[in-house]
Amino acid sequence: MTESTYRIQGATGDWEVVIGLEVHAQVTSNSKLFSSSATAFGAEPNSQVSLIDAAMPGMLPVPNRECIRQAVRTGMAIEAQINKWSRFDRKNYFYADLPQGYQISQLYHPLVGEGSLTIEADEKAGIPADKVIGIERIHVEQDAGKLMHDQHPTMSYVDLNRSGVALMEIVSRPDMTSPAEAGAYVAKLRQILRYVGSCDGNMDQGSMRCDVNVSVRKPGEPFGTRTETKNVNSVRFVMQTIEHEASRQVDVLESGGKIVQETRLFDPTTGSTRSMRSKEDAHDYRYFPDPDLLPLELDDAFLEECRASLPELPDAKRARYVGELGLSAYNAAVLTADVETFAWFEALLAETASAQDKAPADVAKQAANWLISEFFGALNKLGKSLEDSPISHEQAAELLALVGKGTISGSIAKQVLETMFETGDNAGAIVEREGLKQESDTGAIEAKVDEILAANADKVAQYKDGKVALFGFFVGQTMKAMAGKGNPQVVNEILKAKLG
Amino acid sequence: MSVDTATVAKIASLARIKVSEAEIEAMVPELNGILAWVEQLGEVDTSQVEPMTAVIPNTLRLRDDVIDADPLTGGDKRDAVLANAPAAEHGFFGVPKVIE
Amino acid sequence: MTDLTELGVAQIRDGVAGGDFTAVELAEAFNANVAAAQEALNAFIIATPEKAVEAAAATDAKRARGEALGKMGGVPIGMKDLFATFDVQTTAASHMLEGFKPQYESTVSQKLWDAGAGMLGKLNLDQFAMGSSNETSYFGNVISPWKRSDGGNAALAPGGSSGGSSAALAARLCPAATGTDTGGSIRQPAAFTGTTGIKPTYGRCSRWGVVAFASSLDQAGPMARSVQDCAIMLEAMAGFDAKDSTSLDLPVPNWEAALSGDMKGKKVGIPKEYRVDGLDDDVAKSWDDGIAWLKDAGAEIVEISLPHTKYALPTYYIIAPAEASSNLARYDGVRYGLRDLPDGANLQDMYAATRAAGFGPEVKRRILIGTYVLSAGFYDAYYTQAQKVRALIAQDFAQAFEQCDVILAPTAPSAAFGLGENVDDPLKMYLNDVFAVPASLAGLPAMSVPAGLNREGLPLGLQVIGKAFDEQGVLNAGLALEQRAQFAAKPEKWW
Repeated sequence: MTESTYRIQGATGDWEVVIGLEVHAQVTSNSKLFSSSATAFGAEPNSQVSLIDAAMPGMLPVPNRECIRQAVRTGMAIEAQINKWSRFDRKNYFYADLPQGYQISQLYHPLVGEGSLTIEADEKAGIPADKVIGIERIHVEQDAGKLMHDQHPTMSYVDLNRSGVALMEIVSRPDMTSPAEAGAYVAKLRQILRYVGSCDGNMDQGSMRCDVNVSVRKPGEPFGTRTETKNVNSVRFVMQTIEHEASRQVDVLESGGKIVQETRLFDPTTGSTRSMRSKEDAHDYRYFPDPDLLPLELDDAFLEECRASLPELPDAKRARYVGELGLSAYNAAVLTADVETFAWFEALLAETASAQDKAPADVAKQAANWLISEFFGALNKLGKSLEDSPISHEQAAELLALVGKGTISGSIAKQVLETMFETGDNAGAIVEREGLKQESDTGAIEAKVDEILAANADKVAQYKDGKVALFGFFVGQTMKAMAGKGNPQVVNEILKAKLG
Repeated sequence: MSVDTATVAKIASLARIKVSEAEIEAMVPELNGILAWVEQLGEVDTSQVEPMTAVIPNTLRLRDDVIDADPLTGGDKRDAVLANAPAAEHGFFGVPKVIE
Repeated sequence: MTDLTELGVAQIRDGVAGGDFTAVELAEAFNANVAAAQEALNAFIIATPEKAVEAAAATDAKRARGEALGKMGGVPIGMKDLFATFDVQTTAASHMLEGFKPQYESTVSQKLWDAGAGMLGKLNLDQFAMGSSNETSYFGNVISPWKRSDGGNAALAPGGSSGGSSAALAARLCPAATGTDTGGSIRQPAAFTGTTGIKPTYGRCSRWGVVAFASSLDQAGPMARSVQDCAIMLEAMAGFDAKDSTSLDLPVPNWEAALSGDMKGKKVGIPKEYRVDGLDDDVAKSWDDGIAWLKDAGAEIVEISLPHTKYALPTYYIIAPAEASSNLARYDGVRYGLRDLPDGANLQDMYAATRAAGFGPEVKRRILIGTYVLSAGFYDAYYTQAQKVRALIAQDFAQAFEQCDVILAPTAPSAAFGLGENVDDPLKMYLNDVFAVPASLAGLPAMSVPAGLNREGLPLGLQVIGKAFDEQGVLNAGLALEQRAQFAAKPEKWW
């Protein structure tokens, strides 16, 4: 394996960076981990809070099957060991966003054990080869509530809507050595979570947050002391955190200081990190098994359902697009990047194939090329995403079929797509209405070719003298004369025949 | 193992219970008496014993993922949740300002 | 006319159903007793006479319409103030929760109201159920209605933590009361006051809405003045609750219908380790009486061994405080209960001040012990070791029950002691539960029935411990004892 060559150049030489990530991913579920209150984002403060979430005296937790199921499916997606026997532990600490005075989490016996994911080579980003990143564990735990500090001069306000929402904490090995690798890891993990459907991956809504552990060392030396920067909520910020934190640590070490193991906070406005005062307390979480809950024991039927309900995952899908559909590696990567994209592509592919009565593999390239170069481009121009595309994949398939059957040319198709975006009408209707059907009748084309050749006798002579580049001129003239509707293939063939 | 005043102060701080120095002084012998007594457990050979996990054999049930399945375990009851709050403000619980 | 307040659960249920008296007149009779005794005994934190009358009136109305009355139809009860009651102050006898009005009803209390019971008031207890004498309540000591026969006037402990329940029963302030038992808190107060109480198998009664002390030990149960009354009330309290993950998903047997004091074919185990050095003579004698009574009822007596008995109390005093230290972390002054916010205090200062002001000394002591045994570096030596020894204690019982059906032992090592006698020595106080704690650690059903009076004229209790889920076996052995003990003593009214 080719290692990353990312180094911090310090005054005393090069430093390596060691990165481990703890990703908190909100489990997609209707109700909370231990109560039946709702999890929806953006509700009125404290409106989605049960007596349990508010830790009223005598309240008790009962676990949500769906949250356990999604965590198990996620574990399976990273080929991790699933522990059929796990336990919930209490992590005890005092904070205003933690009503129970403890978080129900899993320390000693997590639900999911050792697994891994692969980040792909990206020369430009400084990832010379595919790299496997180890994942130590995934455990399930409660989210905390939210504090608001800017609503009152002397008080903070507590909203417990998030309190008790299920999180997966996904803990990586310290296997990453550059900001790019960490960024690729978060992106890949997000992709897998979204494929599996266990987390919506909405980082801006806090559905995925990263605790970034960074340390530096001279090559070959043991791990240095690490700091943990909490709640970083975008791929870009994760990379910035690492860049800033690594150089800060190098500066501290090179000026004779020591790195303190501490919790830090990332400030997106400055791109820097700072020590978190409120978490300075000596950590002694006094973990012990939650006596309100029994051990979590999963049977084979449960695990079987989890496995059977897993979708095709990104790596497998990409390989299939290349191997079975004959797409380029680039196109396969683009089309599998996100759930919406591949879903759109696969729907388009199925409809295109059936509209043209061909096997999917025979129209895959056409569909992929068109989707990536034409359709995405047109969407971009409108500033729209796939989800709010003005046309459906059925409509797009109809358009592609018109091209595939030779009814319209590729360039006319562009024009038709624009009209479709404007009007929402179907491609066939537009072609019909605007008379855009391609002329494939050899007689009609031959007549036009003859006219063009006659009108440009001088150029014909030059061509015959060897100035073959003029062929394009004749094609252009013919197409122009036919208002773009001549079948380019037929035009080419006839011109070739006539010009000898 | 026995505790001294510094340890008692640390435990009290972990437990978020404010104690005066006089209280700490009084607690040290008291806690040491109790700890010395419970430490007789150390003489039991438990090398072959698994710690108890469930006092009565029982399995953890998992509930269905249904919002507000039972009004007693569901949300949408802000008034009930805030009814006893020492400082309820605009639908929030108020606490002294926290600096993060 | 008979004094209505002498009646027990079965008699009231049958009397109301049969029209011998109305539920309302009975409730009013108990309300009067509650009010008259409050100053002297302090058994209730608050009385709710209107609730008792309201429920009674509903029962009378049902009867008038010819509808079936519930298992507890027309029976007014005392509710230990550890059970959350909707919009009625629920304190756990702590300053921390003074004024707290839950917007919910505990599962057990709801079941009792559904069965036709009414609430006379919220009973005093040891603060957060931590204590054996009811001297840790923020709302003052409960005074036992019993006095020593030496002519002295020493105020005696009603036992704890369900001391309000036991005192109220003995003083005829209620015919039945709820209790909770973490390490003897139903059985020891019952023994101290000549009343009867059963802690069922862990998980029989839902813990939902009961202020938690130690989750793996806490179990609610009935307290009354007869075995039959306990059986009736337990039927009303028990049952699966999907809101409690440790609740047992089992049908509730008809314990009352199957009551039988015939012990033929049953083996009763006598644990030799309970015959400790220096066992009180009167306690030893009452134990021997109990053995004779069960023999007389047809049982075979076998000696059994519970080798880890001496480790039960230390095990309990690691596990219970550890769980309590975490369970009581929610009392932080943010969402309910006391808030102490000194000038200029930040959030963490507020926590420390609130918890210093809200918790009593025994609660603080246990929180600190629990915090210590869970803290980094000590967890395995204390907590893990205690859970291992706890497994051995449970295993002792499992092996013993291969040789016997029920176990007979004293409930407590002595009769009631004077208030203040043990208060300065926590360890001495803890030893009160030496016979009660092992069954709690093993989650087993266990009950206390009155055996007789000691030489000072104070009640002594006998304890029956049964196999998991075998409340029937426990109740039946209890009934056999009750039938032979013929315990009829009651405290002379001085209040």
